[in-house]
Amino acid sequence: MKNTAATPVLSICNVGKAFGENWVLSDVSLDIMPGEIHAICGENGAGKSTLMNILFGMPVIQSTGGYTGKILIDGEEQKITSPEQAIAKGIGMVHQEFMLVPGFTVGENIKLNREPLLSSLASRIFGSRLKKVDFAKISSESQHTLNRLGVEMQESSMIETLPVGYMQFAEIAREIDKENTKVLILDEPTAVLTESEAELVLNIVQHLSDMGIAVVLITHRIQDIKQVADTVTVLRDGKNVRTVAVKDISEGEIAQLMVGRDLDLTAIEKRSGELSGEIALTTKNLVVDMPGEQVNGVDLEIRKGEIFGIGGLAGQGKVGIANGLMGNYPTEGEISVFGKPLKLNSPKDSIAAKLAFVSEDRRRMGFAPNLSIGENIAAPSMVAHNRFFKKFGFFEQVDEKAVRETAEKNIQEFQIKCTGPDQPVGTLSGGNQQKVCVASALELSPDILLVSEPTRGIDVGAKNTVLNTISQINREKGVTVIFTSSELAELRQMCDRIAIVSQGKIVEIMKPDASDEEFGLAMSGERREA
Amino acid sequence: MSVVRRKIREFGMPRIIIIAFILLILVGALLEGQDMATLISDSLVRVGQNMLMALAMLPTILVGAGLNMGIAIGIVSGILGGLISVELGLVGWGGLMFGILLAICAGTVGGFIYSLLLNRVRGSEMLIGNYLGSTVVYLMCMFWFAAPFKNPTIIWPMGGKGVRTTIPVSDFFEKVLNRFLMFKIGRVTIPTGLFLFVFLVCFLVYLFTKSRTGMILRTVGNNPSYAAMSGIHINKARIIGITLSTVLAAIGINVYAQSYGFYQTYEGPLTMAFTPMAAILLGGATMKNVKIRHAVIGTFLIQTLLTTALPVCNQLFPESNLSEVFRIIISNGIILYALTQAGGDRR
Ligand SMILES: Nc1ncnc2c1ncn2[C@@H]1O[C@H](COP(=O)(O)OP(=O)(O)OP(=O)(O)O)[C@@H](O)[C@H]1O
Ligand SMILES: [Mg+2]
Repeated sequence: MKNTAATPVLSICNVGKAFGENWVLSDVSLDIMPGEIHAICGENGAGKSTLMNILFGMPVIQSTGGYTGKILIDGEEQKITSPEQAIAKGIGMVHQEFMLVPGFTVGENIKLNREPLLSSLASRIFGSRLKKVDFAKISSESQHTLNRLGVEMQESSMIETLPVGYMQFAEIAREIDKENTKVLILDEPTAVLTESEAELVLNIVQHLSDMGIAVVLITHRIQDIKQVADTVTVLRDGKNVRTVAVKDISEGEIAQLMVGRDLDLTAIEKRSGELSGEIALTTKNLVVDMPGEQVNGVDLEIRKGEIFGIGGLAGQGKVGIANGLMGNYPTEGEISVFGKPLKLNSPKDSIAAKLAFVSEDRRRMGFAPNLSIGENIAAPSMVAHNRFFKKFGFFEQVDEKAVRETAEKNIQEFQIKCTGPDQPVGTLSGGNQQKVCVASALELSPDILLVSEPTRGIDVGAKNTVLNTISQINREKGVTVIFTSSELAELRQMCDRIAIVSQGKIVEIMKPDASDEEFGLAMSGERREA
Repeated sequence: MSVVRRKIREFGMPRIIIIAFILLILVGALLEGQDMATLISDSLVRVGQNMLMALAMLPTILVGAGLNMGIAIGIVSGILGGLISVELGLVGWGGLMFGILLAICAGTVGGFIYSLLLNRVRGSEMLIGNYLGSTVVYLMCMFWFAAPFKNPTIIWPMGGKGVRTTIPVSDFFEKVLNRFLMFKIGRVTIPTGLFLFVFLVCFLVYLFTKSRTGMILRTVGNNPSYAAMSGIHINKARIIGITLSTVLAAIGINVYAQSYGFYQTYEGPLTMAFTPMAAILLGGATMKNVKIRHAVIGTFLIQTLLTTALPVCNQLFPESNLSEVFRIIISNGIILYALTQAGGDRR
């Protein structure tokens, strides 16, 4: 819905930003009208999050030397130097990496800094600073907001017990609960959601726009852009390549603008030949006590060389299975790997049994932010297999050359956008961090590779590379893969069988060519009639 | 131009300010006609004798336990080791090395217990470490009172029981490191042995940080959840880091004592805790990023400043207590300044 008001609610004029000598944004200009849904897309590391961080006054921008250019809100120039200022000016932001306060409930997070207050005798005498927080109101109002989103979530749950999908909803709920918001920035809000959940978010976006709120939507799902956005801006290498009305451009053209060349999307190679009958991994009555992703008794039998998919809605336990296999959360039951029983609750033993894991929780479990790309890729192999060391008599020293070479090889292969192998992973863009996570798991040369949301936040081109790499090591080296994802299309493309999880149990194991309706039914927890 | 700007930024404002301050003081000293050779010689000695204390801060920061606020535990362990060597009447290199050996043993035991305690209070190591440090120092006060030392250098001359507050090592191993290969450039004395020893320890710690264990420690300090997921035993890594820090402090106090000429017992160790913290922070360490050069540079800056400021102040305010007041203001001011840098966004 495009409003015809003359002044844009937000104008970005010739904005530029450098980290050290590295200019990641230059001369970016765009206008956003009230009620407009403005999509921003671009390859990993194109500068999308950085641009949004500038708008929201994130401290990382100030501490690295600020930005150049101007930002106008309602036609007036504003210098936004802190998130508080941005909020006061009516800008809201849902971050790519969540910004929720652990130790607080969902409701408290939603109302953070805007707690409804109760007057008391003290506050009447001494002023409003002594007003008491109205906890009852926090509960009722925040629950109401969650209901508006259409998700089944309790405002009383603690943040740290939430699955990543629900954290995403908590973030969004916090922003739409604010009343003075004029511009809402959503940085990849649907990256960890299933289609049906993403649909909820898109509906909300549409609804906000109808209310006159401008929405800036960053996403790698081009179909989402086509579905809701009015305008799309494509960033490439920090420059605004084009801003255009969505109705005037096709999905293919958007993708092409992003990369600046024809996209070469090699299809996943079909499996040739049959799987051997050998069993790679079995579980008996697997119970995983992962907060928010409880697994309540799962029996699996995964064949060697198979790509086994696990799907389901957020919070139903699909990511709990892989985490249980890796020993990351308290686990009971029996697991055996190639016939040998696996010691439970011990990541060390799981890795020694040649399992490797790409976590869905990138920020917490994915990497060490201050270590370099090279060190992050090498670290798991150093710990598990004593690789990347040189021996000097008694001493073992890190073989910096080998680390660097491995890093360079992976930077090439996954097109990791960086200033070099020494860049700390914490300063990479979200999608590039994800590539590092995948690379470091592959570096372990596992027999069984567990990947959870492996393509979270990565662009179309890189997504293709990651999926192809996984299928390649599966086909060529016979690595068994357990592939957990919210994205049905991806599961179907990759997997030989797909288990759908609901309420911590496997509802059904399906063929990838089953119909959408069948998958939908299974996800809602209903078993198909035999 | 921009290269110069970048270099300056990398070096960091706090260090530039301190260097400017040192230059100012040196100019003052020149104008006052101070003996510059002595000033520089003294500074070199002070830098060398304090360096290992600052280095002791590195392993705890590396494993994510922050500054080692309980460094006093390492210091008392070191003193205990050194005093036993004195008690046995060992002199020269043998005495010092035996003292350091015992200090390493005592530091390992003390550091191990300390690390077990800190592992139970993850997230508030600095706070609890501070309390533990003081507690241990006061417990040791009781020990010093009753300790069964016999050597007259150690015990009070009268009564014959209990350790003195300062124990001179002049008859045992005073300055054995400083004097080793010592030479003069003009009238400036270079304590070669001291620096050789200190840099040897720095080099060993460097090798350690580049070893497998060192990598594990860094990973734990950087992201414990990630480390656990990679199969690293987090508590074990923290025990190694905290113990190493304590051992370094134990070695450090012996290096200090042989140069300074005295061991200071009772509450002495408590007063020694803050300067090394300030040093490593001033050197550019943050709670997320720490390198050996931060300890080296920081110690150079802070000790040179403290050493040169004192005589200059004395001259400025002769025959009054004002100079002492000034000295305290300067040294504490610098420490405070360094500590406020700790939480900053500097890279
Ligand atoms: N704090 C930082 N220090 C140094 N470089 C940084 C920092 N933050 C971001 N960068 C660099 O800026 C570039 C743009 O990053 P940004 O996060 O804006 O990308 P993005 O478009 O959001 O990508 P993605 O789709 O992967 O999220 C990247 O090359 C990244 O390495
Ligand atoms: Mg981003």
